Amino acid sequence: MASTTMTDEARYEELDRYIADLPDHKGSLIQVLHVAQDLFGYLPQDVQMHVARKLALPAAKVYGVVTFYSFFNTEPRGTYTVSVCLGTACFVRGSEEILKEFEKQLKVKSDQTTPDNLFTLTTIRCVGACGLAPVVMVNDRVYGRVTAKDVASIIDDCMAKGGSENG
Amino acid sequence: MNRYRMHLMVCGGTGCRSSQSVQIVENLNQELKKAGMDQEVQVVTTGCFGFCEKGPIVKIYPDNIFYVEVKPTDAAEIVAEHVVKGRTVQRLVYKDPAGGKQIPASTDMPFYGQQIRIALRNCGLIDPENIDEYISVDGYQALGKALSTMTQQQVVDTLKKSGLRGRGGAGFPTGLKWQAALKQKSDKKYIVCNADEGDPGAFMDRSVLEGDPHSVIEAMAIAGYATGADEGIVYVRAEYPLAVKRLKIAIAQAEEYGLLGKEILGSKFSFRIRLSLGAGAFVCGEETALLNSVEGSRGEPRMKPPFPAEKGLFGKPTIINNVETFANVCPILLNGPEWFASIGTEKSKGTKVFALSGKINNVGLAEVPMGITLREIVENIGGGVRDGRTFKAVQIGGPSGGCLPKSLLDIPIDYESLSAAGAMMGSGGMIVMDDTDCMVNIAKYYLDFTVDESCGKCTPCRVGNKRLFEILERITDGKGTMKDLDDLEVLGGTIRDASLCQLGQTAPNPVLSTLKHFRDEYIAHIVDKRCPSGVCQNLIHYVVVADKCIGCTVCARNCPVSCISGERKTAHVIDQERCTKCGVCFSKCPVDAIVKE
Repeated sequence: MASTTMTDEARYEELDRYIADLPDHKGSLIQVLHVAQDLFGYLPQDVQMHVARKLALPAAKVYGVVTFYSFFNTEPRGTYTVSVCLGTACFVRGSEEILKEFEKQLKVKSDQTTPDNLFTLTTIRCVGACGLAPVVMVNDRVYGRVTAKDVASIIDDCMAKGGSENG
Repeated sequence: MNRYRMHLMVCGGTGCRSSQSVQIVENLNQELKKAGMDQEVQVVTTGCFGFCEKGPIVKIYPDNIFYVEVKPTDAAEIVAEHVVKGRTVQRLVYKDPAGGKQIPASTDMPFYGQQIRIALRNCGLIDPENIDEYISVDGYQALGKALSTMTQQQVVDTLKKSGLRGRGGAGFPTGLKWQAALKQKSDKKYIVCNADEGDPGAFMDRSVLEGDPHSVIEAMAIAGYATGADEGIVYVRAEYPLAVKRLKIAIAQAEEYGLLGKEILGSKFSFRIRLSLGAGAFVCGEETALLNSVEGSRGEPRMKPPFPAEKGLFGKPTIINNVETFANVCPILLNGPEWFASIGTEKSKGTKVFALSGKINNVGLAEVPMGITLREIVENIGGGVRDGRTFKAVQIGGPSGGCLPKSLLDIPIDYESLSAAGAMMGSGGMIVMDDTDCMVNIAKYYLDFTVDESCGKCTPCRVGNKRLFEILERITDGKGTMKDLDDLEVLGGTIRDASLCQLGQTAPNPVLSTLKHFRDEYIAHIVDKRCPSGVCQNLIHYVVVADKCIGCTVCARNCPVSCISGERKTAHVIDQERCTKCGVCFSKCPVDAIVKE
């Protein structure tokens, strides 16, 4: 998650430091983008351009990589990213119903963010916690054996923590 | 070093952690301190025990008592009763669902009874964040043996003789792969560990990385020595933060002990390992796509040949093995190839870890000898289908695999027989489905997955799978024709033959296997406009059974589109024209008078 206390300037400085410390730029683009997304929370055009210049790569290459991998976001995310697992084990145990319930209660579709920027709803393909299927992840926290009835309490959990990052 | 009289092993895998196992460790430590026993009893956070269904798990050594479904609040009782008084906490002991008999030792449980743990040997036994514990269970002995007593060719020969085949899916003989890389003359070679476990329903690699990261690191170093490589890369999913963390710790510890780095164990062999994080692309599990991703590019596959062992990462000879494959290497070197080859079938040696999930009683990881039957896994280890439903199919091999029906449950599991049956070993995900799962819908689900994850480089996969998906969608919408079935088969065959990489070549498998084994379900959707499992929304109707309806009006009052009519205390009727099939009436009816048809 992006640090809320840092200024953009400090973020760029930190990113530059990481790039400067790399022993070799060869093949480092994806790792640099991971660090950039950690710092900024997402990868807007300016950040992509910055990375391209620093690594001496065409901007198109950076954009191509960013859009290829589902882990990278070009839009800002809400404080809480709710990821409903749609892996097979969760799917056969009813995770589609849970996704629908979140869509209903948060009033957004999958891959959208609520207007108050508190929640981004998204789906993932298997977190490997199939023993707990169906699974919902909120940021790094895993909720297991979720039913449609639990959706409201998961949302309340986050609301109770308010906007504070990671609870 | 402190000597403890008792160890409390608490599962610290992702599954149990999300059921608060971290809190259990904390509470146990607090209670031990309170009882003044923290100097004689140690709490250890281990990797996954495999029996995820019953997690969180606490195992007590040396008593060999296996507590299941432990809650943080149980810590006080475990310490007061078991640790202080030596009495087993009966209510936390596993009960055999068949007879209700308590089974305190894991080895006596049906879930563990038929397992042979080689790749998972240390999961649940050691603290994965402590290299000393790994060393105490023969860790780094295989590396030492290779470096001090074996030539490169001898290591490769040992692997060849063992019959070990790649555990990531295709089953290529590991020894041959190593031989091919050893033969190459190059100033630089690489060892890559494929830890991009993307198959939905497979979590064995994650468990090995979380529970025993050193076994992979040691095996990579051995591969480096055997083939003349000096650099290793673990390509691991960013979705596995705990595995990443434990790998980082393990690499740092191995460096500190001189087991990675320059001139390892006083030999001339130098080897270092770094991590490369994936970024959420299923196709990167394909080895050449993975190489592109490690190079920082889009994860699109390359043409083969040249194979990676000739021209791989940055154009240099590269060995790519899966996590589970590496986890088998050290025991083979220590126990000898004959030992390994004595387990399994003629062409498939050793064991395979399967991840059991879906509609099965015992969800978890089971490592079984090759050649065991599907039935033994599903019924004995898995404990059969849950909630008293009936078995319909088992899906093996993820989006590349297929669905096998009841009639094939007795085939022995090895690479060849699974492929012949229309599935594949794949990474070893096994998802059990019951009579409430619609096989057409499952095929559609997998196609949706492949369409989403296709990299788009070659046309058969990019366009063909999309067309397959559209046909399936038509069928589940009730608009299919019998000609669609022929089209599915022809198009599926073309995609299989013409795609560039394994993702495309195997993408039609879920469709082709369900067409082969569950054709009647397709026909029911097309001809009868009916979904036999009551899953496909457009093909189900909610109907009030007049005899059962008591006229309580609950359904009419809850219907969001007010399409249910009827007087109080008389049978109600649903207007099919206006019904949106939301299912609210079905779930609200107090006397089950509404049925799906």
